[in-house]
Amino acid sequence: MGKNSVEEIIKRTNAYLCIDCGECTGSCPVSRVNLNYSPRLNVEKMLVGFFDEIKNDDGIWSCLVCGLCSQRCPSDVNYNEFIRLTRREVRKSSDNLNYTHNRVLQRVMEIMASKGIQNRTQWIEKSLKVSKKGKYLYFTGCLPYFEVIFEYLDIHPLEEGRSAVKIMNKLGINPVIRNDEVCCGRDLLFNGDEEGFLKLAKANKKMIKESGAEKIIFTCPECLDTVKNIYPEFVGKANVELIHITQLVNEAIEKGKLELGASKDKKFTFQDPCALGRGLNVYDEPRNIIRSIEESELLPMERERENSLCCGPSSWISCTNYTKRIQRVRLNQAENTGAQKLVTACPKCYIHLSCALSGDDIDLKIKLKPITTLIAETMGVKKRKKEQDASSKYVKEKVKT
Amino acid sequence: MVKKDVKKKKTSKAKTKPSKAKTTMAIRGRKPEYPKIITFACNWCSYAGADLAGVSRFQYPPSLRVIRVMCAGRITPAFILDALTSGADGVIVSGCHFEDCHYISGSRKAEKIIKTTKKLMHLLGMDERRLRFELISAAEGQKFATVAREFTKEIQDITIKNNGEK
Repeated sequence: MGKNSVEEIIKRTNAYLCIDCGECTGSCPVSRVNLNYSPRLNVEKMLVGFFDEIKNDDGIWSCLVCGLCSQRCPSDVNYNEFIRLTRREVRKSSDNLNYTHNRVLQRVMEIMASKGIQNRTQWIEKSLKVSKKGKYLYFTGCLPYFEVIFEYLDIHPLEEGRSAVKIMNKLGINPVIRNDEVCCGRDLLFNGDEEGFLKLAKANKKMIKESGAEKIIFTCPECLDTVKNIYPEFVGKANVELIHITQLVNEAIEKGKLELGASKDKKFTFQDPCALGRGLNVYDEPRNIIRSIEESELLPMERERENSLCCGPSSWISCTNYTKRIQRVRLNQAENTGAQKLVTACPKCYIHLSCALSGDDIDLKIKLKPITTLIAETMGVKKRKKEQDASSKYVKEKVKT
Repeated sequence: MVKKDVKKKKTSKAKTKPSKAKTTMAIRGRKPEYPKIITFACNWCSYAGADLAGVSRFQYPPSLRVIRVMCAGRITPAFILDALTSGADGVIVSGCHFEDCHYISGSRKAEKIIKTTKKLMHLLGMDERRLRFELISAAEGQKFATVAREFTKEIQDITIKNNGEK
């Protein structure tokens, strides 16, 4: 690590303001399970000049980038940025990352960046109305790839995409879905691969410009956070409004455009995605949506809103038994509320927590539900499966009475 | 097209010298006539099958590069995508017959993995025919040679048709 880059990291992240209070390590979910890891120690090592220790220690790769420490830091040190820049520097000399799934996701992203042609829009069925040009663009993110890669978990992330389009159709929006959209690149960036990220960011910038959209709707909060907060620094600001699907639905509900009927389940609890909550300050919208479901009850978890716990691994690296322990803690908190469904607003939370729930050593009653699917089901749209059809009739009857 | 089939280059036990000119061209040349095919062969059946093909002197093109793995179930989508992005024109994953798998369910697992990979390749705009799953036992040297011939022909056709793009 060069001297200049160290100075850059310290300056850009406010690390020189660190007062060594230990608030970060005290609140870090990883430090709680992995006693060798400490954000404070990493910052101190950087300030004192022990770069080699940072380089050779795999602690730098176990950060979840959840942003809890930065939020609580009294000196306003941006630890996410610190991790991003340090990983970039460390990766230049050594590549000892612990990739998940044998690095297949990173490989897919690299192929996306190098090759323009994809077949990513084939999930759109005839019943879903989409237009070729228009004001609204729907950014699907990596959902089609998750559908294939996480087939073994018996989950269907693309169902979220279908539900999102159904919701938009109900609100009178026929979104544009582009085939030349690529991954937002957040995971590559937080793996320290800035070149790969830049390629993807440029491709997306071009795609957004060509589409001529005025509003982009996201289902993945991480994509939204990346496009909104990280893209301006690398590829310049795009003149479009960026919103999450929960913001769109909440607005419609407040204006009275959309009404949600009853669901099969009555008790819900909500998992705040790190990027949506701490990253974008969207806390109330998803909660309002769940509350507006007929006969529903939103139960607060032990840790929620600003203090919410991350769902485990991030950026598809370092999926260890430490992260499994964090997930177990989170799922137990959800179970203790007495809720039937744990609602998530992030496809990645859904995947990670499903993986934790599918483990042999865990025996919990709680089930997961993506928020888009929940909205699509309760707004009385026709469903695909037969079992769900029965429930939709039930919902309609309930709405009438 | 391959003008003349050359004797298999790599056999583990019988160390035969490769007949130089064509083999080296196949290794270095980037012409569609000489595709590069990575073969993941399982240690217990297919690798022995490939060995048998070599020992029995069955003729097949020199396009295959055999990588021995303990079980076909060890292969992940990442390996196959890695091979294709780093220059291979095709990939064969070859395991034991389902009933004969040394690790009981390895071949079944491999079958699932290949399905997933084919879907991924389709999403990424690659030709799915570039990946093939085969079940070759240790006694089927002839089958190994046939598969090699057929697959090489298929890859040549695809490459010529797509102008070398994957």
